[in-house]
Amino acid sequence: MAVLTEEQALLRDMAAEWVADRAPVTALRRMLHEAPGTGYDPALFADMAAMGWAGILVPEEHGGSDFGFVGVGLILEQLGRTLVASPLLSSGLVGVSALSLGAGAVQQAAWLPRIATGEAVVVLALEEEGRHDPSRIALAATREGEGWRLVGVKAPVPDGMAADAFVVAARVAGDGRDGIGLFLIPSDAPGLSREPLARIDGRGAARLRLDRVTVGDDAMLGGAETGGALLDHILDRGRAGLAAEMLGSATQAFETTIDYLGTRTQFGQLIGSFQALQHRAVGMYAELVLTRSAVEAALAALDADSADAPMLVSLAKALAGETLHRVAREMVQMHGGIGMTEEHDAGLYLKRAAVADATWGSSAFHRERYGRLAGY
Amino acid sequence: MTGSDAPAGFRAEARAWLEANFPPSLAYRNPVPYQNDAAFAEADADWQVWRDRMAAQRWGAPGWPVVYGGAGLDAGDVRILAEEMARIGAFNPMKMTGYTMLGPTLLEYGTDAQKAAHLPGIAAGRVRWCQGFSEPGAGSDLASLQTRCTDEGDHWLVEGQKVWTSGANHADWCFALVRTDTSAKQRGISFLLIDMTTPGVETRPITLISGSSHFCEMFLNAVRVPKDNLVGRINEGWGIAKRLLQFERDSLSEGRGGGASLLPLARERLGVDAQGRIAEPDVRARLIRHAMRVQAYNLTRARIGAGIKAGIPGDAMVPVLKNLGSDVAQDRADLMLELLGEQGLGWTGQGYGETEIEAARQWLHSRAFSIYGGSYEIQNNIAAKRTLGLPDAPVRK
Repeated sequence: MAVLTEEQALLRDMAAEWVADRAPVTALRRMLHEAPGTGYDPALFADMAAMGWAGILVPEEHGGSDFGFVGVGLILEQLGRTLVASPLLSSGLVGVSALSLGAGAVQQAAWLPRIATGEAVVVLALEEEGRHDPSRIALAATREGEGWRLVGVKAPVPDGMAADAFVVAARVAGDGRDGIGLFLIPSDAPGLSREPLARIDGRGAARLRLDRVTVGDDAMLGGAETGGALLDHILDRGRAGLAAEMLGSATQAFETTIDYLGTRTQFGQLIGSFQALQHRAVGMYAELVLTRSAVEAALAALDADSADAPMLVSLAKALAGETLHRVAREMVQMHGGIGMTEEHDAGLYLKRAAVADATWGSSAFHRERYGRLAGY
Repeated sequence: MTGSDAPAGFRAEARAWLEANFPPSLAYRNPVPYQNDAAFAEADADWQVWRDRMAAQRWGAPGWPVVYGGAGLDAGDVRILAEEMARIGAFNPMKMTGYTMLGPTLLEYGTDAQKAAHLPGIAAGRVRWCQGFSEPGAGSDLASLQTRCTDEGDHWLVEGQKVWTSGANHADWCFALVRTDTSAKQRGISFLLIDMTTPGVETRPITLISGSSHFCEMFLNAVRVPKDNLVGRINEGWGIAKRLLQFERDSLSEGRGGGASLLPLARERLGVDAQGRIAEPDVRARLIRHAMRVQAYNLTRARIGAGIKAGIPGDAMVPVLKNLGSDVAQDRADLMLELLGEQGLGWTGQGYGETEIEAARQWLHSRAFSIYGGSYEIQNNIAAKRTLGLPDAPVRK
């Protein structure tokens, strides 16, 4: 555990208490059963917003608390423990980052206060039905008069069914990381339609179709030349937050498994006394320790705006992906048959591991990115 | 820490003194050969200068009480001193078995007379100690040790054999575990200090696969040891030994993430492709993974260090860190060999450079990281029980 300030420790304890009280894994099961169109429980998110979490990264002049990435990471880690579905990451972190890093004063004033209160959800529409690779964005934005016309498909868009606006990453010129533009587009824009995607983790996601959506120049965040760098910056914040959430999920999956090893009896003894399982448990623990160090370092680097933040973020996301996958698989394996049943939570962690790992770059993507940034 | 900003207080004092006194020829040298091989250290004039300056400054044992040869610094200043040494590639020349293991143990369990007799020599780097724990029949199961120690009225009589005793052939003293009661296992063990010049003590170096002879066999034939050399009470040596092994794991879990980046060597030996990437994709992937794990390991050490500074105990992490350190260091040695190819397989002499020979030897030596100081498996056993609280196996009848 990092050495926290008093305020940070209070925030973490408050989040842990709220999660235990209001959003245990049964809350996710209830949401999956009731299947609201949003892909999360709106009442729970309203509760989170009322505590100020939705605006935790919003600047104070727009009604937020600007608490920083270490702070939001503490909350996301607690939410990850019980797999809480909410747009806190997709909107409260990524949407807010897109707006505060790239939008003009008018757009910021229009959206940030409403995000902070939980009234509005703004998410990034990035992927195009393939592997994560921002340099290969193809959805075309072409000049039309004083503005732009966008045509193409975006999927999956996390929390895309609940969103009030999208930050759409589009190809404005050339290829590669250059020539990417980001456009803020309200969900009721003419030509924009969406349909829900059902994924294995049950969380909200949409397939977005842009059929000649036209927007003005003022919809563009940043500039046409800097869109790729801006997107990296936004994504790194999201990746670090997601890594914190994944750390929470992996920690809980691990602790649940350790508890089981200490209660399940076979051959007349607790299975946790078997050395074969003990050593695997220690191996998982070691990975959790490394992952926590990387996640905390990445969040702190974002707060400090330090130059090594991209490398640390890739380190954190890669380790979080590897660790959550490993722990979730061991959770199933060490629980045996019961771990394969729908009734047991192990499967929920395993499913979430796959989705979270793939989101904004898998472990493989981030190992490669780390290597490139380090000069390998 | 404020990085490049002008330091203040003790940091400024430490920085100025280190810059004025640390011999530049030793900068970034691996301190391990010095620690393991007395002949190697004594042959290096700069090493001797450095030891004597550190002894005079009392910074070889910075946290120990002044009366026992230390500088009496608090934990914060000890850490600052270590940071300032790392900043210029310096190392603590006293950091040998006596300092890392026996010193802290004596501070907790020794009598005033024992502390006064032994600690100043350790702090000054003048007295070398070895650890007489393992025996031919007692490795991972250390408590099964058989070296007998009997009470002969005015002295102890010790009879038996030790093995894997690091540096015994150069040591002045040995702290040993001996059996004082054959009817009990752990509760029949005592902790004894033995002068290596006592008649009946013999050592024989063991040549390892890496060619080094830093480990020894140690034979104890009717060795008479003064009664005052018992640390703690009779038959209570196991508890002291466990504490000492914690100090050992502490010291072994330090500093495995060091060493220069493998990147320049990789670029030189493997070449780069048109996009400037290491040309062999599989080796490149392994190098990247290694670099990431080294960074995560170093971040972990820093995180736990910061926690300890703020009062969060780090004891539970020690066995885990020891194994992570072994992993990254062995991985590095493997990669060195991979990068050097045929040139990494030289044993001596013609056709191989000094660093190439060193790589082969280090690769062989690196296999010991997961054996000494409690094997990889023993560390995992300890972590399972103490760190994770997993249950003991029922005793087999």
